[in-house]
Amino acid sequence: MTPHLIVRVATENFDPATELAGLEALPGGAVASFTGLVRDDGGLIALHLEHYPAMTQRQIAEIVAQATDRWPLLGVTVIHRYGMLSVGERIVFVGTASSHRRAALEACAFLIDWLKVSAPFWKRTIRQDGSGEWVEAVAEDDDRAAQWGGG
Amino acid sequence: MARLTILYFAWVRERIGRDEQQIAHPGTETTIMALLDALATDSPGHAAAFADRSRLRAALDQRFVPLDTAIGESRELALFPPVTGG
Repeated sequence: MTPHLIVRVATENFDPATELAGLEALPGGAVASFTGLVRDDGGLIALHLEHYPAMTQRQIAEIVAQATDRWPLLGVTVIHRYGMLSVGERIVFVGTASSHRRAALEACAFLIDWLKVSAPFWKRTIRQDGSGEWVEAVAEDDDRAAQWGGG
Repeated sequence: MARLTILYFAWVRERIGRDEQQIAHPGTETTIMALLDALATDSPGHAAAFADRSRLRAALDQRFVPLDTAIGESRELALFPPVTGG
């Protein structure tokens, strides 16, 4: 069975319940998901996310293809937002559906770990005092993604 | 004459002061690193953006490549800091 794939890159918010319902409607019986939100790390008002549209779509499609090759998945949903996102707002959603809970859980972790290091997004912090800086990539994220292999 | 489009993102874009630039294609054998050396003389912003190569990443025709890659037949080069998605 060809997995049911949804990839969306948009400024608009999304509803995890709606996305999960879509995955639950598949006949697998196991659904896993990850939602990433803008963290309040003291004085932060928002993050501004910039991306490279032509490459983002391709990179996410490739990561999703690797996940569906590696695990028996019935469905994958990846949503990544860009633009101005306030503290507490959702940034990213990864959902997986499978007949096996390990496949759903592992593929979900694989997808978010690889998204972090291979989807061309850049985050700029916006602070209460008007200052801001580009978020630096973390070597630990590269290591975590590399542990899965592929990418 | 073939052209090469260069796209800049995040602080690379900010330092250079523009998000895109078109140049005459520097030739298939030219590496990104060699092109950076040439572009660094364009403006103080270019020089600042390309000063620390260890913080620069590149993509040719929307694929990540190391900076010592030859540009080949590619028509789009993107230069940016390490990505911070997710």
